[in-house]
Amino acid sequence: MPEKRELSVREKKELVAKEEKTVPGRYYVPYADIYETDEALAVVMEMPGVEKSRLKVALENDVLRVDGQIDFVKYKDLEPVYAEYNVGHYARSFTLSNKIDQEKISAQLEDGVLTLTLPKAKQAQPRRISIG
Amino acid sequence: MAVFSDPFDALPSFQQALDAFRASSWLEAGPSGGGAYPPVNVFRKGDDFLVIAEIPGVKKSDLEVQVKGNTIRLAGAKSVTYSEKAAVHRRERLGGEFDRAVTLPVEIDADGVKAEYRDGILALFLPRAESEKPKSIKVA
Repeated sequence: MPEKRELSVREKKELVAKEEKTVPGRYYVPYADIYETDEALAVVMEMPGVEKSRLKVALENDVLRVDGQIDFVKYKDLEPVYAEYNVGHYARSFTLSNKIDQEKISAQLEDGVLTLTLPKAKQAQPRRISIG
Repeated sequence: MAVFSDPFDALPSFQQALDAFRASSWLEAGPSGGGAYPPVNVFRKGDDFLVIAEIPGVKKSDLEVQVKGNTIRLAGAKSVTYSEKAAVHRRERLGGEFDRAVTLPVEIDADGVKAEYRDGILALFLPRAESEKPKSIKVA
């Protein structure tokens, strides 16, 4: 794919929650990429403005849940005069089809992009069968 | 406008305030219309202004910010790459280049502009030019 592409603006998608949140305020769905290698599943999500300390990642019953909170105290004393996007927390969950080695999940947050590496459990990794 | 009256109610009212200023006519005087990447929000803080843009995935080294007169230019590139061996299940993030100029309807002090980039958010602090600040006139 050619890399010389011009970026265009996409409207943020508001989260339609299956369960209600106790924290007031709108949530948005982070854009996500998911890819898989032999060893691991990687989930990459865009959550601009979310700090490490305000990020929660949980895996329970094969459901991966990510919740990133915005510290909007930073917007205190600011009076909006012009807006093109809205600001809110981020949440998204995925049901995983692979068995994941929960102990080895690693997370990395860089420039507002969260990369989760979910190593597959040993029995879920493909085995090469030699034909005798 | 008091956006933050009750701390527990603050985010919803802040979000409503942003909705209310959606594509307000504030920038219309300049040649730069809205709609280009990256989307920006403009805030007033006392006499000065703050331009904030969300550019997740853009590295600081790939970002260029220029100021000339009261026009700011945000340019850069965002790359989304994966190892060739990976099987892609879902692809929503987009990479590419951007170059946007925003002309503010107020005179700013170009030398005093400060930029900060953290967690995928670019904040430009734009002090208003001295000549623009109102002077109080003493009535004799």
